[in-house]
Amino acid sequence: MEAVLSIAIGILAASGIWLLLRPRTFQVIVGLCLLSYAVNLFIFSMGRLYLGAPPIMPKGGFVNPVAFADPVPQALILTAIVISFATTALFLVVMLASRGLTGTDHVDGKERDQ
Amino acid sequence: MMALSDHLIMAPILIPFFAGALMLLYDDRRRRAKLVISLAAALAMLAVSFELLNRVKGTGPSGGTEIGFYLLGNWAVPYGIVLVIDRLSAMMLVLTGLLAVPAILYSGAGWHRQGQHFQSMFQFLLMGLNGAFLTGDLFNLFVFFEVLLAASYGLLLHGSGQFRVRAGLHYIAINLAASLLFLIGVSLIYGVTGTLNMAHLATLIPGLQDADRPLVHAAIAVLALAFLVKAGVWPLSFWLPTAYMAASAPVAAMFAIMTKVGVYTILRLSMLLFGSEAGASAGFGAWVLVGGGMATLAYGMLGVLASQGLGRMAAHLVLVSSGTVLAVTGFALAGAGPGVLSGALYYLVSSTLATSALFLLIEPMSREEGGIAAMLALTADAYGLDPSDEDDEAEVGFAIPGTLTVLGLSFGICLLVLAGMPPLSGFLGKLAMLASILGAGALPPAVAWGFVALLVLSGLATMIGLVRIGIQTFWASDGVSPRVLALEVAPVLVLVAMMVLLTVKAQETIRYTSATAQALHDRSVYVEGVLSAPRVGVVEGGQ
Repeated sequence: MEAVLSIAIGILAASGIWLLLRPRTFQVIVGLCLLSYAVNLFIFSMGRLYLGAPPIMPKGGFVNPVAFADPVPQALILTAIVISFATTALFLVVMLASRGLTGTDHVDGKERDQ
Repeated sequence: MMALSDHLIMAPILIPFFAGALMLLYDDRRRRAKLVISLAAALAMLAVSFELLNRVKGTGPSGGTEIGFYLLGNWAVPYGIVLVIDRLSAMMLVLTGLLAVPAILYSGAGWHRQGQHFQSMFQFLLMGLNGAFLTGDLFNLFVFFEVLLAASYGLLLHGSGQFRVRAGLHYIAINLAASLLFLIGVSLIYGVTGTLNMAHLATLIPGLQDADRPLVHAAIAVLALAFLVKAGVWPLSFWLPTAYMAASAPVAAMFAIMTKVGVYTILRLSMLLFGSEAGASAGFGAWVLVGGGMATLAYGMLGVLASQGLGRMAAHLVLVSSGTVLAVTGFALAGAGPGVLSGALYYLVSSTLATSALFLLIEPMSREEGGIAAMLALTADAYGLDPSDEDDEAEVGFAIPGTLTVLGLSFGICLLVLAGMPPLSGFLGKLAMLASILGAGALPPAVAWGFVALLVLSGLATMIGLVRIGIQTFWASDGVSPRVLALEVAPVLVLVAMMVLLTVKAQETIRYTSATAQALHDRSVYVEGVLSAPRVGVVEGGQ
């Protein structure tokens, strides 16, 4: 399971970085999305991988912490997802404005001289 | 029960939050009401910051360091989020307030009518800044960074126009990428050490197992990368001059402190985590900071000499200032002693005020015919000067006579402070840094002298660049005074008065910064203070 997750994070991050360095705004935003998926999976894996273990412990009595998943990374991801979703949406608006103002989807607002 | 005054630590975050939210309810045409609310909120925030500053100074004859805490949700320390106020945070809060009031005043002269929700976004930016200075938790720091960044995206685009949108596109892309690095660093730290509390992390670092230590180092290096992007350290700073130039004047004036958030976080974390008590990790990254800071200083200096317009020059001066403080942070980490850091903190305050004033001066100075205006024509769209906008400005304020004299004097004072010439505060800060760098035995002489040379040369370059612009504007002009509103000059005068005050009160200020530097070197006060922060209504030991 660890190997599959690591490979998935690696592929997502690599594709994201490659797209981020491309000259078209659409490629940049897809790259940022892929990168943020990779980062979210990475945060999740930092809480160790559990199968079928709930993150919320029952109240009172003896609790065996080994039987439960770490809830903190899951809470962190939730925050990170919301924030990256909102900022990506904002970025999309700026891109549309840039496309409208310059008439091109190049990140520098003008095509490179041929 | 907590006394009401214990809740005051929360106020620098809550005041801008509620003010910003309240202004969203107003129609955008009621600009005067919004301006008043915004200004009142910033003044209240400033007053609270001063009160907190007085509190952390302590009352003992030793001038001891008092640390204030606020446990959010009343959770015990390593588990919940804690707000911490110490000397450094209080100083940064006051600096934020001091920049915010003139910037809001200036926006009243016309900038706030160039787009929507200017004042609300400005307040949210202040909320993010204050939160970042106050928090004692790494993930909470991320959240406040995002708050201030989200507001800064909107503010940078304020006024619209092709130049701003293009600069904004680059600025947002690089900051989104930096935020992802931030998250990787934070989660890696959590994965290895199991904590996100800065003070708790500091106690764990000396006792790390050998197998875990490289992982924590890697995590903090990735984390630092995100802060270094914000601080504008050399190879990561190419976005900065364009973004600062493109921003409207009051926004650029406030952005002068945005690089300092990065510098503050690096200073706080590196002194806390890798100070002399950190065992095998002590001094980690010190020479990276020294090298990066000196490279930034050199790059900023060359940029100042190469700039044609005042906007680009001011942006490079921001780089010079943050490079200097970063290099000194590295020196302090390498064991140069608190004296250097004390000088750097004083320099940080004075140079931030001066660059902020310079950003506010750009527009009034370039408004006249000829002179600098002709030279700035290349980048004219950077300032978004809309001729149709000036006609209806008369209702806002009155034009003051003798503007050229006032503007010239303010410009001259900014020049003296930034170039580090006597008798003003820039000189005192640089002198304090130079004297203690050369007096510190722990540093290799070649590096110390290299830094001294760079610092002196950057002062010279600043003077050459700014004097060139000053001569073109004030001496070589055709004698026709620009029409400048009192609302545009007053904020500059406020900032200039602050710089003069900083010089007159230099003894008290340097005493404060040297105690701050001392407290940063002796981290036990912060760490033990935070870890033993009492919960409200819970008897200690009665668990």
